[in-house]
Amino acid sequence: MWNRRREEEQTPKPISAPPTSSELAKEGIPMSTLPGRSSESHHDAPRGGNAVVGKSVIVKGQIFSREDLTIDGEVEGTVELQEHRLTVGPNGKVMASVKAREIVVLGTIHGNVETTDKLDIRKDAKLVGDIKTARIVIEDGAYFKGNIDIVKAEAPKSAAAPKPQPVASATEAPKPAAAAPKPQPVASATAANPSISPVSSALAAGAGDAKR
Amino acid sequence: MPSVSALETRHSHGLDQFCASLEQRSGLSILDLAGASQATVSFVTGYGHRLYSDDFLHQLDQGFGDGDFYENQSSPSRVAKFLDAVLSFPDENFDGVLVWDALQFLSPPLLQTVVARLHRVLRPGSCLLAVFHAEERVETIPTYFFRVSDHQTIQLAPRGRRRPSQFFNNRNLEKLFQDFQSVKFFLTRDHLREVIVRR
Repeated sequence: MWNRRREEEQTPKPISAPPTSSELAKEGIPMSTLPGRSSESHHDAPRGGNAVVGKSVIVKGQIFSREDLTIDGEVEGTVELQEHRLTVGPNGKVMASVKAREIVVLGTIHGNVETTDKLDIRKDAKLVGDIKTARIVIEDGAYFKGNIDIVKAEAPKSAAAPKPQPVASATEAPKPAAAAPKPQPVASATAANPSISPVSSALAAGAGDAKR
Repeated sequence: MPSVSALETRHSHGLDQFCASLEQRSGLSILDLAGASQATVSFVTGYGHRLYSDDFLHQLDQGFGDGDFYENQSSPSRVAKFLDAVLSFPDENFDGVLVWDALQFLSPPLLQTVVARLHRVLRPGSCLLAVFHAEERVETIPTYFFRVSDHQTIQLAPRGRRRPSQFFNNRNLEKLFQDFQSVKFFLTRDHLREVIVRR
């Protein structure tokens, strides 16, 4: 009996079983099918160091990222990139409330959107939800339904000021703070271990399910 | 979508009147039913106002576009769904509504319902701007994406032609907006009747 249990523990899990967030952090499972290609199509998406949720990936849960993120798959839940840029690619479908420094939408977002810097809604993009942003660009051909609230950007702090902690010191404090698990442990793990893939560091802090 | 060169620019007395009510204070809530455009967003938020944007004609097509457009507008379930999608706001939620040319494509019963809803969502004393085609001897009329360049200039981006439900003269319009405090007309040389209605 004891041996059997040990055997069960050693048996690899079936592929269809969704990995837990800790597994994602430990193993660095790539979430992107084609991480390089996705950024090629967005001429102003940064190359390298950009986490990607590929177009065949579905994520249900919370995404926290401390680097730029491109979503070309489906995400349901919440997405938070404190000081970074989110790009929703042409195939991206985000059914979530989204917070980031800057957001570029080429696909679809259903949910409220908050940026501390700029929101860019490109041609053929679709955004249904309320927007809070410092600046907004809407291209002809984009569909938008919702409220636009332009929030004046905070005055830049002096260079001598201590660098704020990543989570607690977002430019705009997240509203339902209780609901959001703090990503500090993973963030520090990422910093300490650069070998962890960008995507795993982006997702590890709270992704619920990830399906392929 | 039309290219920039296809845009028509025109002076609008109606818009001028509408904007006069926006300049008095900031932090107002404006509903724009022309679909989001950079020009209008920049203009309205430049005053320090909040803008709620939706594309009324797009929503009409979504709700009633399959089959007979006007026949579908008599279906109670479709009407309820449409109103829910487009005009489900709290009472007295807005300080101004830019309806543009959308009301011409509503069958009379739906038109009455929509105008009643608009009356409800507007705060007392605030304005609504609508545009009606004035030339009656035509089967279809041009429709546009309306964009606000400045307080008296509109950019019109063509979005095809449509058959209107009915044509409106001044008397029709007064009757349509009879629950409002005042109705003011501006007849332009390009067969457009701009209407400013005060709640």
